[in-house]
Parts: sequence; C-alpha cells; structure tokens
Amino acid sequence: MDIDKRTRELAARLTYIRDIFGQRENASVALLRTRLEEFLEQAPHLGMRELPLQVARLEELFALLEGKLEGELSPMDRVRIVRHPQRICLKDILENVYDNYTEIGGQDEWSIDPGIIIARATIARRMGKKTVHQSVMVVGQEKGHGQEFRNAGSIKPWGNANALYYMRVAEIENIPIHTYVFTPGAFPVEDYPGAAQQIAKNLYVMSGLKVPIISVFSEGGSGGAEAIALADRRLMLSHGYYSVISPEGAAAIEGGLKDKATPELIERCAERLRITAADNLELGFIDRVIQEPPLGARPEHYDFFRQLRREVIRATDEVVDAVEGLGPLRGMAIRRQARSADPQDIFVRWSLGQAARTKLVDRRHEKYRAMSRTACRDNRSLGARIASGLEGLLWAAHSTLRHDFLARYKRRLLGLLEAAEAELRALRQGLDGPLGRLLGLGAGQQRRMEVPPEALERLVSLSCPEDCPCRLEDTWVYVSPKSREDRTQTCPNSSTHGCLDLWGPDLFGEFAGVCSHCGHHFPLEFQWYLYNVFDFASAFEFNRELESRNPLDYEGFDLKLEQAKCQTGLGCSCITFETRIEGIATIVAVLASPFRGGTVGAAEGEKLIRAAERAMLKRTPLILYSHGTAGIRIQEGTCGVIQMPRVTMAVRRYIEAGGLYLVLYDTNSYAGPVASFLGCSPYQFAVRSSNIGFAGPGVIRETTGVDVPPKYHRAFSALSRGHIQGIWDRRDIKKNLHQALLTMGGKNLYYR
Amino acid sequence: MLNVKEMLDELNASPYEEIEIRTPHTGVVDFVGLAPGDRVAGPSGKWLERPGTLLANLTREKNKKSICATQKGQVMDIQTALEGRFVEAGERLMTIRHFLSKEEVIGRILKKALHLFCAPERAKYYFVPEIDAKIKAGGEQSVKVREGLDMFIVSRMKRETALSYTGPQGIIYAVYFQQGDNVDGGQPLIGVCPENQLTLIQDVVNRVHGEWEERD
Repeated sequence: MDIDKRTRELAARLTYIRDIFGQRENASVALLRTRLEEFLEQAPHLGMRELPLQVARLEELFALLEGKLEGELSPMDRVRIVRHPQRICLKDILENVYDNYTEIGGQDEWSIDPGIIIARATIARRMGKKTVHQSVMVVGQEKGHGQEFRNAGSIKPWGNANALYYMRVAEIENIPIHTYVFTPGAFPVEDYPGAAQQIAKNLYVMSGLKVPIISVFSEGGSGGAEAIALADRRLMLSHGYYSVISPEGAAAIEGGLKDKATPELIERCAERLRITAADNLELGFIDRVIQEPPLGARPEHYDFFRQLRREVIRATDEVVDAVEGLGPLRGMAIRRQARSADPQDIFVRWSLGQAARTKLVDRRHEKYRAMSRTACRDNRSLGARIASGLEGLLWAAHSTLRHDFLARYKRRLLGLLEAAEAELRALRQGLDGPLGRLLGLGAGQQRRMEVPPEALERLVSLSCPEDCPCRLEDTWVYVSPKSREDRTQTCPNSSTHGCLDLWGPDLFGEFAGVCSHCGHHFPLEFQWYLYNVFDFASAFEFNRELESRNPLDYEGFDLKLEQAKCQTGLGCSCITFETRIEGIATIVAVLASPFRGGTVGAAEGEKLIRAAERAMLKRTPLILYSHGTAGIRIQEGTCGVIQMPRVTMAVRRYIEAGGLYLVLYDTNSYAGPVASFLGCSPYQFAVRSSNIGFAGPGVIRETTGVDVPPKYHRAFSALSRGHIQGIWDRRDIKKNLHQALLTMGGKNLYYR
Repeated sequence: MLNVKEMLDELNASPYEEIEIRTPHTGVVDFVGLAPGDRVAGPSGKWLERPGTLLANLTREKNKKSICATQKGQVMDIQTALEGRFVEAGERLMTIRHFLSKEEVIGRILKKALHLFCAPERAKYYFVPEIDAKIKAGGEQSVKVREGLDMFIVSRMKRETALSYTGPQGIIYAVYFQQGDNVDGGQPLIGVCPENQLTLIQDVVNRVHGEWEERD
C-alpha cells in the first residue's frame, strides 16, 4: 500500500517535471522517465524486501536530479511553475502559515470575485508562557488547484474594490495587511468601477494606508499585481515572476503578430524582461527572496510554509521596528534575526501609535521614491544638479515664508477688511431708504454709472463685419502640418451622421481638426496643444536633460530608443514645463504619443514625480495632459511597472498638500498610466473622440473571450461609466482649463 | 384577399434582390479585381462593425474612399469601362444579386399580409390586464382587435396613459415588443391580420420554412 502511494507520488513528480520543462529535451528528465518505467515493469516481479529498497533508490535519484534540474530552470520554466495547478495557492498559505483564519470576502464561488480571497487571520506568538494572537488582514489572489471559477487569479474590478474596502477596515482596526500576489494580470473589463480606475484607486489609497503592508509575490502580472502589492516590505518567492507583461504578450508585441508567437520568441522575451526573483532583487524592486524547494513549492512542502511564516513575521516586525522604535534589545535582536532561528522568540506588538503611523507612510514614500532612480539617464552636469538642489531649497523657504507664514497674517487682515467693508455696505443700504433719498445720499444711480464706457459700447453697438472678420477665437498659434496637404478628409462618422468631406487646410487649420458637422475630433499633434493651449513658446521647460535609457539592456531596444529620440527630438515621452494659463502659473506634464507610443518608463516616471514635487513646492496647480499613452514601456520591465506606485505616491503627496491635480486625456490612453497616476486624479477630463481604457479590444477578446462593442473605450462611454468627469471640445480646452483652475482643487491654490 | 400562390410564385420567380452599387459622389473609380460571378460578403460582426467585401475605391480630391458590399451576394456585372475614369455621383458601378433568406421572404410576406400597429412615441408599452391575461392563457392569436379597443398602457417617466388600437379588425398575429422594455416611436408593436386569413398566413410561413432553398 505504502509502496503504491510512493510510486504514485513519483509518477506525479515526473509529470510535474515534464510539465515544467515542456517540450524541451533534457537528459535528466529522460533518465527519470526511463528509470521509473523500468521500475514499474519490474515491480510485479520484485520481492517484498527488494521493493522498498528500489523505491527508496528511485526517490533519491529524483531528489538528486530535481536539484540538478533546478539549476537549469529558464525564466519561462519559472513562469510555467507559477501557473502549474500543483503550485501552492493562497488557501494553502492560509492553512499552513497562519494559526487561524476566517474568510470575509466570500466563500469559493459564492463571492463577488472568487479570484480574490480576503481573510482575517491570526498568528500566535509566544510571550514567555503566554500566547498572544496577533491579527492580520490577508488579501490575495487565489488561483486554486485547477478551480476554473477562480479565473486563474485574474481579478475583476469589483474584486479589487472589495480588497481595498477590507484594507481600509484593517487601517481602522490598526492591524497589518499581508498581501499575496498570485495573478497573471487584471481582468480587463471597463464595467464600473473599471479595471484601470479601480487599480488606480487601490494604489492611491494603499500609498497612504497607515498600517504595515507586507506583500509576497508568486506571480506578479503587471497592473493586476500592483493593485494589492504596494507594500512596506516586498518579499518574493524564489520561483515566482514579477513582470510588466506576460512573456507571451511581450512576444506578440515584439513580433508584431496578431496570432500567437513562437515558443522560442516567448522564451527569449522572458529572459530579456528580467522577471525572476533574483533579477527583481538585483533591480531593487523587492526586499528579500524566500527560497523555495527545488522546482518550486507545492502543497506538501511543509518546511517551506514554516519558512514563509518566519519571513512574513520577520518582515512585519522589521516594518514596526523601523517606525515604532522598539526597546534597544528587541530592536537589536530583530536586526540580527537573519542569523537567529525563529523571529517568534521576540515579541513585537503590531498595532502602531499615531506618530508611528504617520512615519510609516513617510517611510513608504521614501522607499518608492528611491526605486529605479538609476534606470534613466540624467544628462545634467554636477553644477546643474547642485544649482537645482539649491533652487529647491530656496523655493521651499520662499513658499514656507510666503504661503505658510505671511499668508496666515494676510488672511486674517483680509478677513478684517472684508468684515469692515460689509459693515459699510450695510450702512450704505440704510442710506438708500427714505432718509437717504431725502438727503440725496442714495447709491442707486451711481451704480449704473460705474459700468466702464468701452464695455457699454461693446454691449450696445453692432459689429461691423465689412471692416474685417470679427474673429477673436479660432485663431491658432500653431497649425498642424496636415493643413498643408491639398486633399479632403472624410469624417469616420460620415456614414451615420452624413458628414460631408472636409478640405484639409480648412479642417486642420481653421477648424482645429474638428468635423464641422458632427464634432468628431481628428487626432492632432501634441505641439498643437503645447502652443495653442499651454503657451509653450513662453513656457519654462525643466528636467529636459532626463532621458530614457535601456535599463535591462533589452536586445535591440537601444536602437529603437535612438530612433525615437531622433524622430521626435525628445529625450523621453514626457515633457514638463511651467507656464501660465490665462495668467495663472501652472505646472504641466505632457505625455507625447509619438515617442514610443507615449509609453511610460523610468525617465517619464522620474519627470512626473519631479513635476509633482515642483508643483508642491511652488504651490501651483499640476495638469497632466496625456496626448496618448500605450501603457508602461515593456522593454523596461519592472523598471517601468514600478512607476505606477511611484508616481501615484508623488501625486498623492501633492494632492494631500493641498494641490489641484487635473488630468486631460486625448487620442488613446490605455493600461498602466491610466491604472495609476492618471486614473487616481479626482478631476479627469477627456478631449472629444478620445479613447480611455485598461486594455484594447484585441487584448480583451483574447483574455475574456468576449467581443467588445466598437465604441467601448470612447470618452463618452468612460463618462457614462463614471470614470471621467467631463468631455471638452479641443477648441475650448484653454477656457475650460482656466475655469477648472478657478473652480476646482485644494487649499494651496493661492492665485484665487 | 391575400393571394398567397401569386405571392409565392412571384418570389420563386425572382428569389433575389438586385442591389445596384452606385457612386456616392464624383471621383475616379478603381475596381479591385472582382469579376462577375464572384461572391461578396456583407458587413459582419456582432455589431456589424466589420465592413463587407471591398468592391471598389473612389478617389476625389486625393481622398481615397472604399465602397464596400452592404449585403452578401454574387456580383452580376461590373462596369469595367469605368476603371480609372472620373465619374459623376450616382453612376452605376456594379450589380450584386442578393439571394433572399427564409427570414427575409417571410418578412416580405408578412409586410404585405399584416397591418402593423406602431408605437406613437418612445415609451414602455404594456397590454391592458384583460388582453395580457388572454395572451398568457391562449396565445397571441386568441386576441381579437377592433378600432378603438383600449389595448395598451403607455408608461413614460412613470406617467401611464391608455392607448387605443386603430386599424382594421382582426386578430393579433405577432407581438414585436417585450413588455417593460423601451420601444422607439415608429417601431411596430403588433401585427394584425384578418381572422379568415390566419390559417392562410400560417400555411405560407410553414411552406417557406419547409420549401424555400437558401442559395448562400
């Protein structure tokens, strides 16, 4: 009986190995197969003494060769390991790492999203003879062992919303959050709350949660992973992967294919993207790697769960120690824990005091601010850097003096003057009565006389079109080069709206690319907006010296990057500058789509963060105009994807400091940026005819198997889903922005 | 009186519809290599978002536009003489023979045989309780209608008003709306046929279902 069971286990191990190594020929795998087949043939003829010996020998051989195969694992093999049905899942972790747990986010298929598990769990810790049960909120994607209804851990927007709700509950209850990332990516549907917008909300809220967050990565698929992975300590299982895109997706893009890419190209992409735990540790995006047994952890590896338990406890202790300031002996002991046996021996209470909670968030922001700083090229000289630092200090002093110190007295003085003026007006109203009229002191006649004569003239006289065209608007500083083409253009709505063809010079010149019949907006260059909306000619561009580079040495990307730089004259897809909109000083960041599709990498992230910091320093509004973005730049791998939490944090700091952060979408904005720093803005507007979403129609069809209607991503659909706050006509953007600056935003906008 | 035989003979004699493809505006014609006898497809996709087969290109003022098939069918003739020439708006480029499907044939017959009572405005429509009960108990064809009969309740913005039937006397042959759904103004609500023609119409529909051969 025992022999049968052991033989079956060996057969299962062999099947697992063959699943991992796929079609690849491997001598060790072939040897194991041959030996197992030989044993199974001989087994009926072996005696009762010989049989256990043979099985033991075979088990030893398996253990030996598994160790050998471990060293031969390619990045794509690791991807196959984390996707294997025998891979440990969150339920296994809840059963084996925590002492007790209660699921609170639904049960199995009876859940708002069965792909996510939310549980209150406890960890028992010793305090001498006493046992203390420490509560944690556990959140993570559940792939299940072949449970189809879990959707392979691909979380729908409402699943992420539920996770966020319980993270907030954890904050109220002041207990740590442990998140486990087991997702190939988010489920890309736009139904409310919307895949991208919900991930953005998660990032925004998580960046300010005042409880320790520990995340453990097994399968970290881009935005879906980021939705729960913004943490104070990021651990990673040694056989896991953390990537900006699945290797298959990267290969499809790389090969420019509509169909599936070849296995060789997928393997190559997996290597180039540097997705393994060791790579991410080296790049600095995770803090520690938890070693798994050879060929990955499976539910029967109980030693691994013990180790995982130690690691999550240690990580939580470290976070608390860093902000709470434990006693000197315990602090020292925790720091030496790497060498000590069990972190459970030192008791640390995980609930934080008020000061520690604030410090925790500051530490988190500092941690992410420091990530990927070297992944972009800073061409400034040492002198320029020093000058820039000094300028920052001077501005900080200036803002503190002017806006924090003097402004307080100014506000008080203005309040007094306002009250005095109101009193005088009340007195004047009294004089309008019978007594005032009797004495000739009424103000009724005087008020009308106050209208300036030129305004009166403009209001009461007719225009004179025979002199010249009375055009105050629709005169553009920058005109699209398309207007020089002597040809007509057809509006895409002509079949349904009956739009007539428009002559190019009219359409792209006077009409600013807007169909005069239906109002469809033809795409225009980003320069049109720079000069006609943001007055770029008189603007001051900063951080121009920050340029994109190839941080992963992705094969062939250097050339593509150079080509993009030559074609556009830009160092990266982001332009940041200071300008004035109708006299209001503003900081503007533009994502320009001609540069690698407006994708966001480390340079763009750094520039956006610096723009937010500058706006905070100078107390000005921050406008982010997305001329178009295809998402995170896949060739930068996790250096790109980490910009999602990084920039969102910077934006949050800015908004919390009282700033106005306004986002304007144009043409096509998709994926990571929308699911983070764009989507987290409370004020999001779109230029008409733009598209906004998480994934394009092709990806949705491939992922969900459902076709989406032709106008699924249109701005009007986004508006009706509640993702954006309004749609603007291109010709009115400047006016609308000015109005927005006057009517929206936080407390630090002193221009009002 | 509906002459079913004549109607079917007529449809059998020409079981297709000929669609003339004409130029929507002036321009230079460029055919794309189709020949008489070629099959073309109409728009496809769940929302008909994918255009039909490209038939020709028409270029005016350097603006090249595609002319695509609006129905599936067979190319009958092409005015190849117009290739590369400037043509006026409305010039016939080719003819496509679209063979009628069973549903289209039945639709044509019912259009002639039934009186369609249409929604006067966009609203939610319900049958009055008596008629609703009759339909539920005995089916649509158990209801006799006559001029002035209060048949519907029109619900719009929570205000409910009665709507009377206008048209010839008969029985309901088909109901074209779902109770509780919004119906646009002008859309048919019910199709009414004279009582004595009911079996005849049913017979025709059955014959079409059984005998009509679809060519595509």
